[in-house]
Amino acid sequence: MSNAVSILNGASSNGAVKITEAGLRGMITLRGDLSSAQLITAVSAAVGLGIPAQRKVNHGPMGGVAWMSPDELLLLVDYDKAAAITADISGALTGEHHMAVNVSDARAVFAIKGVGGREVLAKGAPVDLSPEAFGIGDIRRTRIGQLAAAFWMTDDETFELVCFRSVGAFMFDWLTNAAREGSLPEYL
Amino acid sequence: MSARLPSGGSIIDRETLVSFTFNGKTFKGYKGDTLASALLANGQTLVGRSFKYHRPRGIMASGVEEPNALVNMGQGSRFEPNQRATTTEVFDGLTATSQNHWPSLEFDIGAINNKVPGLLPAGFYYKTFMKPQWAWKHLFEPLIRKSAGLGNAPREADADRYEYFYVYVDVLIVGGGMAGLAAAHEAGASGAKVLLMEQTANLGGRLAVDEAVINGKPSADWIAQIIADLEAMKNVTIRTRMMGSGVFDHGYAMGYERITDHAPNDTAPRHRLWRIRAKRIVTATGALERPLSFAGNDIPGVMLASAVRDYASLFGVSAGERIVVVTNNDDAYRTAITMKNAGLEVPVILDARAQANGPLPTEARALGIRVEVGKAIASVKGYKSVTAVEICSQAGEGTPLETIPCDVVAMSGGWSPVVHLWSHCGGKLNWDEGNAMFSPDPTRPPLGADGTGFVLTAGTASGDLCTAPALQNALNAGRQAATEAGFSPVESAAPVVVASAEDPMMPVWSMPQNAPYKLRSKSWLDFQNDVKVSDVRLAAQEGYESVEHTKRYTTLGMATDQGKLSNINGLAILADALNAPIPNVGTTTFRPPYTPISLGSIAGEARGALFKPTRKSPIDAWQDANNAIWEPVADWRRPYTYRRNGETTAQAVTREIINTRTGVSILDASTLGKILVKGPDAAKFLDLVYTNMMSTLKIGKCRYGLMCTENGFLFDDGVVARLSEDEFLCHTTSGGSDHVYAWMEEWLQTEWWDFQVYTTNVTEQFAQIAIVGPNARKVLEKLGGMDVSSEALPFMGFSDGELAGIQARPFRISFSGELSFEIAIPAAQGQAFWDRVLEAGEAFGIMPYGTEALHVMRAEKGFIMIGDETDGTVIPQDLKLGWAVSKKKADFIGKRAMEREFLQREDRKQLVGLLTENPTDILPDGAHAVEGGKNRYGQENMIGHVTSTYFSPTLNHSIAMALIKGGNKRMGEVLTFPLGDKVIKATVVDPVFYDKAGERQNV
Repeated sequence: MSNAVSILNGASSNGAVKITEAGLRGMITLRGDLSSAQLITAVSAAVGLGIPAQRKVNHGPMGGVAWMSPDELLLLVDYDKAAAITADISGALTGEHHMAVNVSDARAVFAIKGVGGREVLAKGAPVDLSPEAFGIGDIRRTRIGQLAAAFWMTDDETFELVCFRSVGAFMFDWLTNAAREGSLPEYL
Repeated sequence: MSARLPSGGSIIDRETLVSFTFNGKTFKGYKGDTLASALLANGQTLVGRSFKYHRPRGIMASGVEEPNALVNMGQGSRFEPNQRATTTEVFDGLTATSQNHWPSLEFDIGAINNKVPGLLPAGFYYKTFMKPQWAWKHLFEPLIRKSAGLGNAPREADADRYEYFYVYVDVLIVGGGMAGLAAAHEAGASGAKVLLMEQTANLGGRLAVDEAVINGKPSADWIAQIIADLEAMKNVTIRTRMMGSGVFDHGYAMGYERITDHAPNDTAPRHRLWRIRAKRIVTATGALERPLSFAGNDIPGVMLASAVRDYASLFGVSAGERIVVVTNNDDAYRTAITMKNAGLEVPVILDARAQANGPLPTEARALGIRVEVGKAIASVKGYKSVTAVEICSQAGEGTPLETIPCDVVAMSGGWSPVVHLWSHCGGKLNWDEGNAMFSPDPTRPPLGADGTGFVLTAGTASGDLCTAPALQNALNAGRQAATEAGFSPVESAAPVVVASAEDPMMPVWSMPQNAPYKLRSKSWLDFQNDVKVSDVRLAAQEGYESVEHTKRYTTLGMATDQGKLSNINGLAILADALNAPIPNVGTTTFRPPYTPISLGSIAGEARGALFKPTRKSPIDAWQDANNAIWEPVADWRRPYTYRRNGETTAQAVTREIINTRTGVSILDASTLGKILVKGPDAAKFLDLVYTNMMSTLKIGKCRYGLMCTENGFLFDDGVVARLSEDEFLCHTTSGGSDHVYAWMEEWLQTEWWDFQVYTTNVTEQFAQIAIVGPNARKVLEKLGGMDVSSEALPFMGFSDGELAGIQARPFRISFSGELSFEIAIPAAQGQAFWDRVLEAGEAFGIMPYGTEALHVMRAEKGFIMIGDETDGTVIPQDLKLGWAVSKKKADFIGKRAMEREFLQREDRKQLVGLLTENPTDILPDGAHAVEGGKNRYGQENMIGHVTSTYFSPTLNHSIAMALIKGGNKRMGEVLTFPLGDKVIKATVVDPVFYDKAGERQNV
């Protein structure tokens, strides 16, 4: 898949925080009964992680798994492995009602790096982004300005954000604008 | 004349001079000045003209309640009208001009309105509508438009940026005066996360002017100490220059932060709209002083008593040299005392009350100030500035007793708590007889999601006008808010406050009490909109009993100050005229924002390139580089056509059609909606969602399907492919994918929750690239990979494989009537595949085509387009699509509705094809067909309209589709389309214009 390209080819901008288009990421939508032993085993086999609680995301060396709704998870894996892992999950869940879909190409991923990242996101997301309320392990499916998005933290100063591929360029512009030098509220 | 005092001014920095201009004239002020204080310091007391009568207007207040001093601020791309001089901080380089006059502030022709009695009475605007009929359009409207209006509209795009900011707190405190600081301290000490916002640049509120001794400290020290304490609390944030502008449901509040208004720059955003969720909101918004209604109370120099001492104490500015105080309460004596102590003349205090013997009047008398009780102002003398007052007995009709020269009248009609934020979301008010004011009723607060009150008031905003009870009230409010937010505050010792006691005030709504019409017609209530006591009385006389109606009829309280000074006085006059108690007349509704906020802050960052997201396909960049003429398709942009050298858009479309019909072309169909539906009940579910049968579809096959609403109306269509026994891929229209996905989920989650079905919207996972035309298969064969023969991949089939080394799923579906492969490719490889196809197709003359060629070709084939042939009132049968509505299925969405008599009628508007008599005449989209005769309104009888219309290069003839009453039975009829200057006639034909047998696509 050498000819596969992400939406902005890794573009980045430097303002009060650094915004980077983070390239292709494997993503699998998994819908099913999140309490089913078969599903728990399949997720563990795919990413080596347990099922996250509501509005939580687990990360590990093999990838990540995020809670999306009471019957939906998002698995984060290597882009090149997503199709195979999707097939493995479906195989493991044969006979159990579920849906596993490779949605890697439908998404754009951004890294937001810097201490002001919380405030950049709080300019567009109706989410309590204070350190007391949101930290590593949390995820929100929400909106940024007018765009649907989800985000979580990978370290104390870095957020990862995903949105639909078709609006990746708009999201980059939005984030870059919100991260302008001298524009942070310095509140959070 | 107003001037800067030699000393004083607690918030100005006399070391830092700033230079600004007003009406082109350069003035000096000090850092910390407002534009109003700086103008007064420079002797500029005339600042504008009034709305209706163009009367001279001066500065009346010192804060947000100011009705008169509105200016045009800034220049060019930073120009903004109607800015309050009293809330505008001066900075070096500020430019302002006065408003609402022509040709100049000093000489205004519009003032003629003031000289002609009865020219603009209450309701004049509505009266001009009545008769004669021609007069509104030709006389009144142009005249009113010319003379009315405030500042100028900006002419350039705004140079500044704006943004939102979402925050969540336990306790939000609005107001940084004594009460807000005290409440913040109590809540903060409990550990609650507290945000305090103050609309001005300074904390302390009225306590900074009207001093007291608190816990043994002068109030200035108390303020400094509590600010230091709050700053030491990590859980407390204080933001100044930020107004609490609105309170909404469930603890939602809006904060309006003015970041660069006092220091314009290109770095920071100008305004930031804070959108705050708070567990509890404490409004420590203070109180506003009321004017008194006496003749000439609008002449420049007549000011609120509190404002006169604010200018002296805060800014070191005297509003004039001889200050007459007129009051109905003790508080205004503070103004007399302040001004006298500043070395100015106070010739008299006119107190409408029968006696005044409290500590403040006693102090005033001790300073040698003459105090006249039971006295009032009969009228103010002067036009552009006050020259004298005529005094009279308050109890009488205004017979002048004495004329006293002066240049300032400091008036006080009592105080009204600022109840706006309390009231925004439903907090109720009580009438306080003793203070003649509405104050919040703590037993009827605005209620949150849990049914408890989420707004509390603190300090004078609660109705406690004196310092000691106000402070205690604020401390209690801070603790209560923290407790209700889940914290455990500790009660601190009750404060010891030493402040002057005040005797009761006396309501005075008319001065003198029995003022005749002559005086009433010069007694202003609403200074900005020019509403006088006589106007409200006229409205009552004409039958306006409701305060809301009177407001709109007289425009009382409808100006940009929203009646902050005029409301209580106006409704008291109305109550008096109606002989009703004031609380029975009630108040008008308090609505956010508290004071006007910039439109920029409401728009936030959504302007220019960030105005609205545009969805872009994986091939977008290539298209943009290859002369795509863009058109919006729902939120996507798609190429309408690709123009080549020297071509017109129409020529490009024609070329693309002919190339597709005769050779091979490529289309980016990535925007097509794609929804995966999977589960044991998937087939059952789709049988309910589509009008036709999907459960019989064979694996590997495609079927065109229709979706209707519960009312039977067609809203989306597309091809369904069966991937496996329990998995389907549903294609939707480009604009419909999100809606159809939500529609499916809604049915699954709310009605058929027992179905075992999951859906996922995979629209953006795939680029969808159509290779279309007689040579399409040759291009695919050249790409290499999977078998694309008609045997392996027949019409309405699909298969999975590889083309040009890329994972591909070609569907044999056709929207053009030609041999067509729509190939789904993982989106990240969409551009790579597109490039391979162009290379492989070069030998066959492949070229891309856009949406217009697509539209023309589908119309040639009689294929309908959702949104063209449908408008929310069309059923499949109207479009000759009855074949796709199952008669076998027990149920599907819309089935019951289709059985209704109205949807069964044979004379419904039905789809027909049209061929114009003249092949080059193209019917306009939406053109109406008429059938002779007139309807009961005298209009021609209309029988339907054109829904799609094009020139077909394939047929070399214009073609159209139309929805025509009883169209099924009109085959061969010639219809008439009157088009203003001409008439086009067209024959009704089968809407399938080309290849009726469908042989071209099935090869």
